Amino acid sequence: MQNDNIIQHPQFIREGKQVAFAPGTLKKVHELILRYPEGQQKSALLPLLHIAQEELGGHLSVDIMDYVASLLGIQPVEVYEVATFYSMFYLDNMGKYVIEVCRTGPCALAGSEQILAHLRDVLEIKPGETTPDGIFSLREVECLGSCGTAPVMQVNTEYYEKLTPGKVDRLLEDLREYANKNKPGGSTWVEKFC
Amino acid sequence: MGGKILLASIDIPGIREFGVYRASGGYAAVEQALRGMTPAQVGNEVTKSGLRGRGGAGFPTGLKWSFLDRKSDKPRYLVCNADESEPGTFKDRYLMHHLPHLLIEGLIISSYALGVKTCYIYIRGEFKYLVGILETAIREANKNGFLGERILGTDFSLNIYVHPGAGAYICGEETALLESLEGKRGNPRIKPPFPAFKGLYGCPTVVNNVETLATVAPIIRMGGEAYAKIGRGKSTGTKLISACGNINNPGVYEIEMGLPVEDFIYAPEYCGGIANDKYLKAVIPGGSSVPILPADLMLNTARGEKRLMTYESLADGEFATGTMLGSGGFIVFDEDACIVRNTWNLAHFYRHESCGQCSPCREGTGWMERVLYRIEHGAGKMSDIDLLVRVAKNIEGNTICPLGDAAAWPVASAIRHFRREFEYHVKHPEVVKNTSHGALNYEVESMIPDSGTGVNYW
Ligand SMILES: Cc1cc2nc3c(=O)[nH]c(=O)nc-3n(C[C@H](O)[C@H](O)[C@H](O)COP(=O)(O)O)c2cc1C
Ligand code: SF4
Ligand code: FES
Repeated sequence: MQNDNIIQHPQFIREGKQVAFAPGTLKKVHELILRYPEGQQKSALLPLLHIAQEELGGHLSVDIMDYVASLLGIQPVEVYEVATFYSMFYLDNMGKYVIEVCRTGPCALAGSEQILAHLRDVLEIKPGETTPDGIFSLREVECLGSCGTAPVMQVNTEYYEKLTPGKVDRLLEDLREYANKNKPGGSTWVEKFC
Repeated sequence: MGGKILLASIDIPGIREFGVYRASGGYAAVEQALRGMTPAQVGNEVTKSGLRGRGGAGFPTGLKWSFLDRKSDKPRYLVCNADESEPGTFKDRYLMHHLPHLLIEGLIISSYALGVKTCYIYIRGEFKYLVGILETAIREANKNGFLGERILGTDFSLNIYVHPGAGAYICGEETALLESLEGKRGNPRIKPPFPAFKGLYGCPTVVNNVETLATVAPIIRMGGEAYAKIGRGKSTGTKLISACGNINNPGVYEIEMGLPVEDFIYAPEYCGGIANDKYLKAVIPGGSSVPILPADLMLNTARGEKRLMTYESLADGEFATGTMLGSGGFIVFDEDACIVRNTWNLAHFYRHESCGQCSPCREGTGWMERVLYRIEHGAGKMSDIDLLVRVAKNIEGNTICPLGDAAAWPVASAIRHFRREFEYHVKHPEVVKNTSHGALNYEVESMIPDSGTGVNYW
């Protein structure tokens, strides 16, 4: 029996890397945990996973999920089952800028299919893939609550609305320049919580 | 038509800041409630106002509050549902973006009425930028003595926290939301027990929509009776409608309940008519989960009365010829829109968002998507159309939460009203394979909807 091979999904390899939040982040994390009643620290899981994904490498590796579990005093599996449920959490390595194009009805009426086709053409990747230079990942997502300004996409959770292929080109250009200067694609979760 | 109530102050520059909001009469309702009214009196005003839940179901808010288990010695919670993920709906985002303090004010008054000391705003994770706006508003309110310990020197204390979700439509369903808030997967719970008895952490909990809770502030300001005089019949007050699709002016509008649908679509101060001088083909008036109606039935009921923007009028004719107000996500389709493609698109959405707990929903949404895909892509059979109807019927009512129904209704209603367009797709695979446009473009058979009394508006 090759038990190991059966059990170990490729995404679930524990690399044993040491991961930890920066001290400033850790302080904020402990404040966040205190927002929930005694004994209910697990409630802070979604906000913590957002912060962890953003600050510890762009996706949730098993090591990161184990670390978050230890911060909350819960079992690692409680983190895995949550991380695999929500579409904003990535288990695979992602590009520096994650482009998420809304595909749902109202956006489709406004031409989201053309926007996605354009992105596929210029980035030469399909949804679910990352460019070889590691700069862009492309994803299709469902309604972003922005149907009045369709078609819409988010890049690292920042909205870009009323898109045209021209606007997309300009944005990609800007983002490539950002990548050169190693700038983030948007604001951070930690600065949102005050 | 009608004065604005929720959005009355939206044009004041800087209204997002505490100082400006306060100077324009903001937080006066909190003072009024905390200083001059008992919690029961506040609840009474809300009941008298006739306010109904703005999250989709339209359940009377006063009644929902009255169910809250007040005998329990556990803490009570108020949870504001800001998950807003129903396709076509973007009104809560608009409200929180422009008037965060209005929501905070409503939350304070509602918490006072319910005896709540901790309130969570569960907001969808994609609205990350709004988390900052809300947190800032909460901090400002705190600094000015409207939140925290002993608010305005009374015995009432309250903390409000913002809690982000992480991308799951199902977490808008109230019990899935509570699971998610507890740090779990968003699997809806079996009801009963209802959240009023066993909600967050097993404690008595009220879950209300953003717009519902924000409306509590103006209700206290003007009085429940005065609010009930606005609107029409049991649809009191105003409603935020987010309009999108093939119209000239997409956006969020506050309408007085009772506005004729035709005025809403064609009046320049609202949707401003169909874009590019096209004809109106169909509307989904309450978010993607409610039945789609063809133009004729959208503008007039089957009985020939003018269709109005109220819970009752939109539902007139029930499923045969009516629809629902739902969340107020008003999606307009012009003559070029392909109903089959749109139905397939939405079926994909529901398949993706099903939490997978119940077999009818988990499997049925997938079947519907695959069958619709093959019809839309020129590989459908005539029998597929009835197959879809059967699958939809077998999901409806057989699931833990209403997402199953929400997935079934769009498919069932699209076939009910546009069966000929589905048949056209099956009969002309070569045509539909090469175009994603509405059947009107194929310049063949008349596309007058099956329910048609004739489409006068084209
Ligand atoms: C699948 C599903 C998704 C829902 N999504 C939302 C939502 O995004 N926002 C919301 O306020 N209510 C949503 N609801 C309705 C809630 O379950 C609940 O009825 C509502 O929050 C109650 O608030 P109200 O009485 O103020 O409308 C959803 C319901 C279902 C079944
Ligand atoms: S109906 Fe669908 S979404 Fe709702 S609980 Fe069942 S499987 Fe989950
Ligand atoms: S459908 Fe794209 S934002 Fe709603």
